[in-house]
Amino acid sequence: MLDSVISYLGSNTTPGQAGNVVWALIYILIVFGGVSVAVMAMNWLERKALAHFQIRLGPMRVGPHGLLQPIADAIKLLTKEDIIPERADRLVFWIAPLIILCASFAVYVVIPFGPTHAITDLNIGILFMLGVSSLSVLGVVMAGWASNSHYPLIGSLRSSAQMISYEVAMGMAVVSAILMTSLNRSGTGTLSMIGIVEAQQRQQIWYLFKFFPLGFIAFVIFAIAMVAETNRAPFDLPEAESELTAGFHTEYSGLRWSLFMLGEYAAMIAVSSIAVTLWLGGWLRPFPNALTGATWDLVFSLFPGFLFLILAAVAGVGVIRMPKHPYFRVQTLGLAGFGFVLGLIGLVLFAPPVRDRIQDIFWFTAKVGFFMYMYIWYRATFPRYRFDQLMRVGWKVLLPISIAVLIGTAVVGVVF
Amino acid sequence: MTPVATPFFFYFLAALTLLSALLVITRKNAVHSALALILGLLAQSGLYLMLYAPFVAGVQIILYAGGIMVLFLFVIMLVNLDRSQKEEQFNRQWVAGSLAAIALGGLFVAVFIKGKALFPASSAQIAEANNTQQVGELLYGQYMFAFEIASLLLLVAIIGAVVMAKKRI
Repeated sequence: MLDSVISYLGSNTTPGQAGNVVWALIYILIVFGGVSVAVMAMNWLERKALAHFQIRLGPMRVGPHGLLQPIADAIKLLTKEDIIPERADRLVFWIAPLIILCASFAVYVVIPFGPTHAITDLNIGILFMLGVSSLSVLGVVMAGWASNSHYPLIGSLRSSAQMISYEVAMGMAVVSAILMTSLNRSGTGTLSMIGIVEAQQRQQIWYLFKFFPLGFIAFVIFAIAMVAETNRAPFDLPEAESELTAGFHTEYSGLRWSLFMLGEYAAMIAVSSIAVTLWLGGWLRPFPNALTGATWDLVFSLFPGFLFLILAAVAGVGVIRMPKHPYFRVQTLGLAGFGFVLGLIGLVLFAPPVRDRIQDIFWFTAKVGFFMYMYIWYRATFPRYRFDQLMRVGWKVLLPISIAVLIGTAVVGVVF
Repeated sequence: MTPVATPFFFYFLAALTLLSALLVITRKNAVHSALALILGLLAQSGLYLMLYAPFVAGVQIILYAGGIMVLFLFVIMLVNLDRSQKEEQFNRQWVAGSLAAIALGGLFVAVFIKGKALFPASSAQIAEANNTQQVGELLYGQYMFAFEIASLLLLVAIIGAVVMAKKRI
């Protein structure tokens, strides 16, 4: 038992491939906890960033700058009354949020945070991700139908139509990226998530820039389709507040509602990870081909530590600028402690063994974080699409372009 | 690596498939039937995985569970279920249906009893890693003609659906 736990540390595969159950469980717990924390952080960041976009302050009361707001929200949701409408289909109503949650968390099994930092590596990795995430539309449909109410039904109809339409364009864009993995001597591509990143490493190029502009167009199509897939603004018709109150989860409250939210944000992170893996080189650091050499390796490996030190410095500025009234003393102390912990983490990240282990995870997370910020940005910037416009964009613009890109990629790949 | 294809998984998935198949035909509510069918399809994709056909399993989930069944649900949700539940099934199809089922069951039993002669003792084990590639090579090599015919059929179906749905094109 202990032997297998220790022996894994020397190997350089994922725990799933090594068949090591203990480490697989540890990885699953870490990923699950990490994603949950990321969802909470994203929740806070979204409210805060949206508020600043609109020249408001956002949450300020619970903790310094509302930092503890997600925790307060979670406690409120957990203790809220859980209402099931009287004539709802109880079983389906009960299962629907669980399906969404399971579908959006199950895909994390194959997401590669690093060459060895994934729970497992399936040889159909990307198919698995697309397949399992397409199951979440079932949860939406079930939730809308089981509520036995008009708004949820219309919301879920819209949602299923939208998700199915954009899945087609998304699939085409993904295929054109997979096609690029097969452009090597032996001519065999791969569907495995780790294999796709390694192919980019071997070909010395992120697929975003491969066959410019073909890879770029495919990436843009995916980036649009993934926003539609996760029902986020400007494609948030299923939950358009002004028309449908809250869409398919109108009748849900308390814990079940929070499961929907958790599932939605987890799915956002998951599709962003697909985009990062396929087009942005996954865990590879920026410019791996241009800025080579030990010096550049060292410089890039110092990034995570400096990031945490900067965050600590920001917290420090916050401590200094805190009002000096005794009412704020607890908050000031809390923020100072938070900053201290961040600084400590930053210092630990400078240690060479940690630095080498952590940097692939850091670059992957940083790229995903960029996408998460883009989600907020879209929401603050774009007005909502009308439904016929949405369908027109999906079927008449994105689908033909993505098919053209697919054919173009194949032709260019064969010719060159 | 130890193989995952243990008898336990096979019996579990087979039982799940059978159970959900039974649920499909016994539920009065059409939405419940459709959901049971989805469960059955997922269990089936697990069975494909046990046969070392990961590509087929993935496609099964994407196409059937995630695509076709969602469209099924989409239509069923719009049907007035209350009325169709109260309506009596007026045709007597169960006689023909059970006859067909018995015939199919008899065929299965016959194959099970003296099936050893019908199948090769050991089929060539395709490596799991390039399973997708093998499928592609077979589809676009050996079975090219059948594949193209099938895709032509689908194309005709699509055009037909568009023509029927739209009066003016």
